Amino acid sequence: MTLLPGAIPPPHGALEVQMVGITKRFGAFTALDDVSLHVRPGSFHALLGENGAGKSTLVKCLVGYHPPDQGQILVGGREHDIRTPHDAHALGVGMVYQHFTLVPSMTVAENLVMARDAVPGIIRWREERERLHAFLKTVPFKLELDAPVSSLAAGEKQKVEIVKLLYLQRRFMILDEPTSVLTPQEANEMLGMLRDMVREGRISVLVITHKFREVMAFADRVSVLRRGRLAGEGEVADLDPERLAEMMIGRREAGATPTRRIAGNGKGDVKLAIRGLTVNDDAGMKAVDVERLEVHGGEIVGIAGVSGNGQRQLVEALVGQRPREGGEVHVHGEPFAARRSEMRRHRVFALPEEPLRNACVPGLSVAENMALRRFDRAPLSRGSWVNWGTLRREAVRLIGEYQVKTRGPLAPIRTLSGGNVQRAVLARELSEEVSVLIVANPVFGLDFAAVADIHDRILAARDRGAAVLLVSEDLDELLELSDRIVVMFDGHLVHETPIDAVDTGVIGRAMAGHVSASAH
Amino acid sequence: MDSGLGWWGVPIAVLGGALRVSTPFLFVSLGECLTEKSGRINLGLEGVLVMGAMSGYAISYTTGNPWLGVLAAGFAGLLLGVLHALVCNLPRVNDIAVGIGLMLFGTGVAFFLGKPYVQPKAPTLPAIPLGGWSDSPQIQAALQINVLFVLGLALALLLHWAFRNTRWGMVVRMAGDSADAAKAMGYSVSGIRLAATAGGSFLAGIGGAFLSLYYPGSWNEGLSSGQGLMAVALVIFARWRPLACFWAALLFGGAAALGPALQSVGITSGYYLFNATPYVLTLAIMVVTCSPKRTLSGAPGELSVTR
Ligand SMILES: Nc1ncnc2c1ncn2[C@@H]1O[C@H](COP(=O)(O)OP(=O)(O)OP(=O)(O)O)[C@@H](O)[C@H]1O
Ligand SMILES: [Mg+2]
Repeated sequence: MTLLPGAIPPPHGALEVQMVGITKRFGAFTALDDVSLHVRPGSFHALLGENGAGKSTLVKCLVGYHPPDQGQILVGGREHDIRTPHDAHALGVGMVYQHFTLVPSMTVAENLVMARDAVPGIIRWREERERLHAFLKTVPFKLELDAPVSSLAAGEKQKVEIVKLLYLQRRFMILDEPTSVLTPQEANEMLGMLRDMVREGRISVLVITHKFREVMAFADRVSVLRRGRLAGEGEVADLDPERLAEMMIGRREAGATPTRRIAGNGKGDVKLAIRGLTVNDDAGMKAVDVERLEVHGGEIVGIAGVSGNGQRQLVEALVGQRPREGGEVHVHGEPFAARRSEMRRHRVFALPEEPLRNACVPGLSVAENMALRRFDRAPLSRGSWVNWGTLRREAVRLIGEYQVKTRGPLAPIRTLSGGNVQRAVLARELSEEVSVLIVANPVFGLDFAAVADIHDRILAARDRGAAVLLVSEDLDELLELSDRIVVMFDGHLVHETPIDAVDTGVIGRAMAGHVSASAH
Repeated sequence: MDSGLGWWGVPIAVLGGALRVSTPFLFVSLGECLTEKSGRINLGLEGVLVMGAMSGYAISYTTGNPWLGVLAAGFAGLLLGVLHALVCNLPRVNDIAVGIGLMLFGTGVAFFLGKPYVQPKAPTLPAIPLGGWSDSPQIQAALQINVLFVLGLALALLLHWAFRNTRWGMVVRMAGDSADAAKAMGYSVSGIRLAATAGGSFLAGIGGAFLSLYYPGSWNEGLSSGQGLMAVALVIFARWRPLACFWAALLFGGAAALGPALQSVGITSGYYLFNATPYVLTLAIMVVTCSPKRTLSGAPGELSVTR
């Protein structure tokens, strides 16, 4: 059926992509086993699956990041040997990776220009900038061209990634969980725009996502992966979320009920108190200016806000990753500077965003990472000797309890999929009695079973009396978990409401910076 | 040693010394800057420098043309750079350890091959006399500018421009800051680093030729006094900016010239102490410019001591 191997498909319009019998192994581990996928030209195709199901691995085969061990890839009806991303680009196939691939020290403009297929030997910045400005008028995102990418929050980086693909005029776009860090409105806008372009026949889209809502609302077809195998596929019109959930997690009990929030058990003592805290960002600008915030035992305080309004810096300052410029933080009424000894004494734990970067040593094993809090105390160590046997047994126990998918306790933690890194860190942070828990975007990029699981564990910690500060860019998550919601805008806490009195309209306006006089 | 200038002789001698002594600093630091921008540290440039000095001198002696010597020095450096890059491209190899190995290897080979050239006198590089307007011999001596110095300045300007405005400059930065990003865009990170390391070592080799062919202008085993290593600190001080490398090289050159300059006006008591100025300066700069609040701004993200 391969007529002209390597022939270039027609230069315009949506591309068709077929992957046939793809198998991919990492060492002895088979990540993909005989998976086939057919994306019709001009369709919006969703790829669904649990954490570690092999979704990222499959699309990476398609873009030449790592070629498959077996199987064929047909682009535009012809077989192609895609060995490098350049090959894929030449065919019009482009991808937004799950882990960002922007160059941190370069500006947004430099990143966009360097992503082009043919970068001229000498770059004329005047012309490039004019072209970029003209292009940016056609997309619904605001980007600051001269900001270095390292200064952007996760949500903003994701926008740059998406804008980059649009700028490159790819005819087949792969997006690996593109909406995880976007607000629902932004996600709708972005997916809607992609779908419009699909309708016009300009592009085909393959989106990896965990969100059934997005699949149902935007996709034409869906393929479901489970443990490296194709578990099902079909027209979205013929399917409903229950059926999708069943395909995704198999015969386990599907359908976690979304409304299972029980209010916190009344107010305990104030455990975490913030007064006049100011924190700077990397550029030395004031990013956080929190007048007053208190979290009581047995309650979850949710901090809502569009990414980039100081939430990241606030969390970093609280857990000791960033110096404070002014103000005070008290835990149990005592000053708290986030030293290791203080964290241990007051039982303060944290799950920061991007845990692989912020809470792990990527090259160390899963077991070692799980022991980072406790390796220097009994029973994990005796005197100054680490007891490796106990450490490993403890890790095996946590891996089982939290269902971390790993090749074993000794695998480096950076080889785990994003969701499993999250589970591993959560296992570490919740493995002891918790008094104060600081959590940022805990379910970023997780599938729904994992989301329910992690939410349950956070609620359980609260019910045992912990004070929980939950920072999230997902408003639904906050509404589901919090006992009180505070909105952060431009470094300030601009709106506060108990969960019973929530008005999402008011919260939405506060997130956008429009605060009514009565709220505060 | 008295002349009409008196104490003014000190700053003038320091200036002259800076112009002369800075050239090897300049070339080695520009080379190291290029290499580190691609995400790799080459600590072997000290060895490359000595190797360049030896081969430059040897070729100048055998051919009678010092410029051929400069070229040969560059190519000797390039070979060592390729060696460094190839070894570092192997999995689980630490570039710092390889660099130290290369440093010892380069100096060792240079001493071994350079034995026959310690005695003979090779033709050296000419200088441009810019001090003709003055009748003071000190000013005339201070303003003897070597062509390589001018070339180094031009190179710093070129690199500064190229890192922002050319494709290969941006690609080097990309490989140095995010190997994943470079890979995702289809560039070969190890290929880029090979080229950058080879180019950087070429420059360091030329820096070595300056030592043996201009100042001090002979070949012996004590020729280099750690310029190759200090250039690494210099690059950090310059925040990986080529133009700042130029000023930093001048500063270090001036510091190195302080001892001899003071000696020329009769201050001999602290001679060895003053000769230590560049080393003290290196330390002081590292201490002063470190900030616990942020990582070194401008540091390529892929540079790491632990990989
Ligand atoms: N480079 C690698 N080396 C070894 N194992 C890997 C590598 N990349 C992925 N894996 C393994 O392959 C499996 C599939 O990973 P993949 O990243 O494709 O999952 P995913 O479906 O994208 O999950 P998530 O939703 O969490 O992103 C995982 O078990 C992971 O640990
Ligand atoms: Mg993935």
